[in-house]
Amino acid sequence: MSVPALVEEYSSDNPLVQGYEWLMNPMHWQGPEGIPLRALEHLGYTALTLSIAVAIAVPIGLYVGHTGRGRVVVISLAGVLRALPTLGMLTLFVLLAGLGLMPPIWALVLLAVPPILAGTYAGISAVSKDTVDAARSMGMTEPQILFRVEVPNGLPVILGGFRAGVLQVVATVAVVAYINLGGLGRFLIDGLSVSDYGRVLGGAVVIAALAICLDIVLAGIQRLAVSPGLKAPRRQRGDSPTGRETITAGVQGGNS
Amino acid sequence: MAVSDARISLPDSGTSTPQVDAASAAPAAGSGTRPMIEFNSITKRYLENQPAVENLSMTIDKGAITVFVGPSGCGKTTSLRMINRMVEPTSGTITVDGKDVSTIPAASLRRSMGYVMQSAGLLPHRTVTDNVATVLRLNKVPRAQARHRAEELLDVVGLSARMGKRYPSQLSGGQQQRVGVARALAADPPVLLMDEPFSAVDPVVRAELQQELLRLQRDLAKTIVFVTHDIDEATVLGDKVAVFATGGRLAQYAAAEEILRAPVDDFVANFVGRDRGFRHLAFSTADSVPIHPVRTATESERGQRSAQQSRPPSDAAGWVLAVDDAHRPLGWISPADGSALLPGGSLFHEGQTLRRALDAVLSSPAGLGVAVDDAGSVTGVVKAPEVLAAIENARRQREGGL
Repeated sequence: MSVPALVEEYSSDNPLVQGYEWLMNPMHWQGPEGIPLRALEHLGYTALTLSIAVAIAVPIGLYVGHTGRGRVVVISLAGVLRALPTLGMLTLFVLLAGLGLMPPIWALVLLAVPPILAGTYAGISAVSKDTVDAARSMGMTEPQILFRVEVPNGLPVILGGFRAGVLQVVATVAVVAYINLGGLGRFLIDGLSVSDYGRVLGGAVVIAALAICLDIVLAGIQRLAVSPGLKAPRRQRGDSPTGRETITAGVQGGNS
Repeated sequence: MAVSDARISLPDSGTSTPQVDAASAAPAAGSGTRPMIEFNSITKRYLENQPAVENLSMTIDKGAITVFVGPSGCGKTTSLRMINRMVEPTSGTITVDGKDVSTIPAASLRRSMGYVMQSAGLLPHRTVTDNVATVLRLNKVPRAQARHRAEELLDVVGLSARMGKRYPSQLSGGQQQRVGVARALAADPPVLLMDEPFSAVDPVVRAELQQELLRLQRDLAKTIVFVTHDIDEATVLGDKVAVFATGGRLAQYAAAEEILRAPVDDFVANFVGRDRGFRHLAFSTADSVPIHPVRTATESERGQRSAQQSRPPSDAAGWVLAVDDAHRPLGWISPADGSALLPGGSLFHEGQTLRRALDAVLSSPAGLGVAVDDAGSVTGVVKAPEVLAAIENARRQREGGL
């Protein structure tokens, strides 16, 4: 399925020009091996990876953020995961589990979990203790505190972690083409194998463009999802010109 | 334990209790003294340290404001938070309306009480209206109905309906506290717990909020437990005041008047401070202080006078009170300099306390306290020796009554 029809003819030896010509060639924008379908495949792998990563990282992050338990374990584990080389993991999983869709996906999940986990945990635990205390003293149950107070208030940070995870995965999903899967990585791997640098460059540009588009969409979603109350210019209590000490002094001076 | 359990409105103790400032006595007098909250031998220890609260037993009256006051680390906030199980006692029981709180699920117990905290504790991601409606929504009141009630409550606490659409970060500290009070009142709970609610706002706003709370309490007659570190706030608000000592000991529990007049030990005496004698005057009315006529001059009269004469006709001190056409005081004209208008002192409204009368005298450049009626027009002046005589009189009456 990945056999290139023929080696491209370019008008120049300059790889930038070749990349431009490759992208402009309408032949590459149609058919089962055209850019749109490859991009869809690419997004499919990304979505699959992120669904699994979210299913793992978000519950753990919510639990750790809300209870404070297991904080050290989670932080160090996320650090270790970040240090793993994705390509090495992919090779390892394929060697252990054989070819197929899931082994490389698991390698990518390892990549996506740390930012999502760290973002969720940090978002929840950054919610002001006073706010949580107020919610509890009003009679919210622990799940109500988590989902009605901590999640909405931690959302900017949580979504920040998610966006970082999405960007990493969408850029790295290309490695699944290293084995026998599709996606935009095909253009890179196949282009390299036949020294078609126009194709390599064009493929890389498409991946980058896809990542940027995705991030813009997510930024839009974030704008809609985060309460305006969290975006308004904050009036911090501590910043008020009259701190608590001065007030007490003023009261005593004024009344005696 | 050194606890005086005087209840200011019991008939048999009435003779020994001087008249109490009308504002703070009204709620208690209206609703009797049935117990609402009882602490039975409550102790709270954190780890193995000194107890935060030690063997506390006390009864909090229904429909009255009870203030817990004390230095930091005295266990007053811990005691408050044990009422709604935000803190669980190490031993002992607390009953609210006869029910042991430990038998009620914590979340539903908390929903049955209003809670106001120092930083207002508003939810930053919700509008003011939705913040006020929070407890109603937790109680499964339909959204539209909850919002409608929330808007009513904004009006009750003196905020315009426009504020409802704002977020907490767009409000001033005083406004946030008002929203906090509205939220605590939303589900109409019989008990309000207030944990230093006004300590983070400036003194002017704080005094305003205190008066507003007293006004609300006259209509609502909630059982309010109020924590503060400020003895002034305690005596202004409290029908009864519980003074906590370091280490979680209840040093004195009595009417505010009694705390100031008869502190039970050195700790309480020191805590209520040097001005307690002066503050205590706020609990005696100045009805017996005679009000003397005073020379007044309206603006036009003043003009004539300074034009025609060199020396003002001398009455006792020679001071003349300048007034406007509605006879409201503007300032004093001194006998030495007939033209300059000196700013007046504080005003003594008829029916106010000896504290006001004495302050009016002391702050006046003429040594004469200006008395005004409800409309603000001058009725006369009070004189220092007579205020002091009234103070001495009040003391003798107490002495005779004891």
